[in-house]
Amino acid sequence: MTLDTRPIRSEDAARPATPLPAPESARGRGTTAEAMARAPIHTQDYQLFYGKTQALKSVTLRFPEHAVTAIIGPSGCGKSTLLRSFNRMNDMIPGVRTEGTVTVSGTNVFDPGTDVVDLRRRVGMVFQRPNPFPKSIFENVVFGLRMLGLRDRVELEARVEQSLKQAALWDEVKDRLQASALTLSGGQQQRLCIARCLAVEPEIILMDEPASALDPTATARVEELVLALKEHYTLLVVTHNMQQAARVSDRTVFMLSGRVVEYDETSKLFTSPSEKLTEDYITGRFG
Amino acid sequence: MSGALLAAGHRRLDKTRGRDVTGGLLAGLSGVAAGLIVLMVAIILGNVIWFGWRTVTWDFLSKAPEQGMTAGGIFPAIFGTVALVILMVVALIPFGVGAAVYLHEYARPDAWFTKAVRFAVNNLAGVPSIVFGLFGLGFFIQFVGRGIDRAIGADVWWGQPSLLWAALTLALLNLPVVIVTTEEALRAVPRQMREASLALGATRWQTIWNVLLPQALPGILTGAILSVSRGAGEVAPIMFTGAAYFLPYLPQSPTDQFMELGYHIFVMATQSPDVDATRPLLYGTVLVLLLLTFALNLTAVLIRGRLRARLLGRS
Repeated sequence: MTLDTRPIRSEDAARPATPLPAPESARGRGTTAEAMARAPIHTQDYQLFYGKTQALKSVTLRFPEHAVTAIIGPSGCGKSTLLRSFNRMNDMIPGVRTEGTVTVSGTNVFDPGTDVVDLRRRVGMVFQRPNPFPKSIFENVVFGLRMLGLRDRVELEARVEQSLKQAALWDEVKDRLQASALTLSGGQQQRLCIARCLAVEPEIILMDEPASALDPTATARVEELVLALKEHYTLLVVTHNMQQAARVSDRTVFMLSGRVVEYDETSKLFTSPSEKLTEDYITGRFG
Repeated sequence: MSGALLAAGHRRLDKTRGRDVTGGLLAGLSGVAAGLIVLMVAIILGNVIWFGWRTVTWDFLSKAPEQGMTAGGIFPAIFGTVALVILMVVALIPFGVGAAVYLHEYARPDAWFTKAVRFAVNNLAGVPSIVFGLFGLGFFIQFVGRGIDRAIGADVWWGQPSLLWAALTLALLNLPVVIVTTEEALRAVPRQMREASLALGATRWQTIWNVLLPQALPGILTGAILSVSRGAGEVAPIMFTGAAYFLPYLPQSPTDQFMELGYHIFVMATQSPDVDATRPLLYGTVLVLLLLTFALNLTAVLIRGRLRARLLGRS
């Protein structure tokens, strides 16, 4: 199976990462190993239970900064559950229990002292189905800012323009910012949701199958966007679509039944996986 | 063998035919039942309109009753009814919506307190309205009102029947309706909306206030509509708590008594010194009450339709 992947540094990133504080100027431009060392997100022996069912089994991962990491695996493998751990969206499900640590920007998100609201402002999320509010395009983008108490009209307008441009939606909607977000197409709605997430200036963006409800053209636009965003953000993308993972990600996690089977450079994982299970999955023998 | 099968087949056929007859009969009966409802509404409306429309003139709407309710108009009763309903809604919506938000968003479903609240709401809905009237008299007037009077050293000011206590009694009567419809409306808001808001760093309360309640608003209005229709027509809860037989002046404050259309109808129908002279007025008053309720309903339905259209992105 050959997949189109862009040249990615083939340095073995699986070696133990040493916590090297890199100079600010090198942010996002160093080697993968350095990016890994600054991993803003990592987990250690992380387990999650839905009542008696264990959904995640001893997950230990480090995600590099300013890179796209794809999480792939068949339905029910726990990839969405893992993703939703980083902004504690699993809190809403009754009966969830966790063990181990999930660290985002230096703090364990499960610490009793963690401010979940603040965490969610730093860790943005884009969902499977576009979920704009039934409000105007403008109000959708500024929602998070309004919740932060920002009232200044000029500032809000500037942020709307900036976020919509970043989400590659500005040209399509700049003349109808007051129109309902629901008048947009599915692909536009999803880019609006991305803009809404960018407006609060998160450090990390989680995407839960962001293109699974979109047509191929809209999917391509979202993928371009993901590639453009890693310049400034750390992205984790859960996807069903292996081609998509190959196209957009620098590193890929393959999960099965709540366990991490393999985690490597995307180019390596898709061309010469070390695990038999990974090979079987990416060649379509199951999943 | 084949003969037996054939016979069985015939028997089955016969049975099917029998079922068809029963089915037809049931369909016919349900049709008759539905038709009867239309007929009854038509008779009531026809009767009221036929005997009432001549009475409803501008004078009738704008003047007070005269000569022991055998002449004049019903303006004080219209005014009182509108004031009562507005006050009721003002008191009812915050409490009803608040309770529904608590039940749906904060309460743990299996906690004993939640169960107690639900039990209370369900039973409140089944209490006869006259009991609410007595409760209003005992609780609001005797207990709360007199309590306030004693506290501020007034003679009798709060501790007497008034617009305020009648409105609160009616609000209490309608509380279950608003709680149930609001909860239903909150339940209907897609989970994705809640997640989108929380994921953007909104607090729980911000999510309720900025996302859930706006989307539940059409449902909340449905509750308000139902309670307004009911509130405008209920006589039993207000006859001890604030409605007056006859008042020569309009209520000036919520602590005044008031005249109300439903109660006025009751009074005219039972207490008139001259039944024949009162009859056209009675019909006219009934017609006005129906029209008023209808107008209030229509307004709320229109507002609700507008809100729904906005939520669906059309407007």
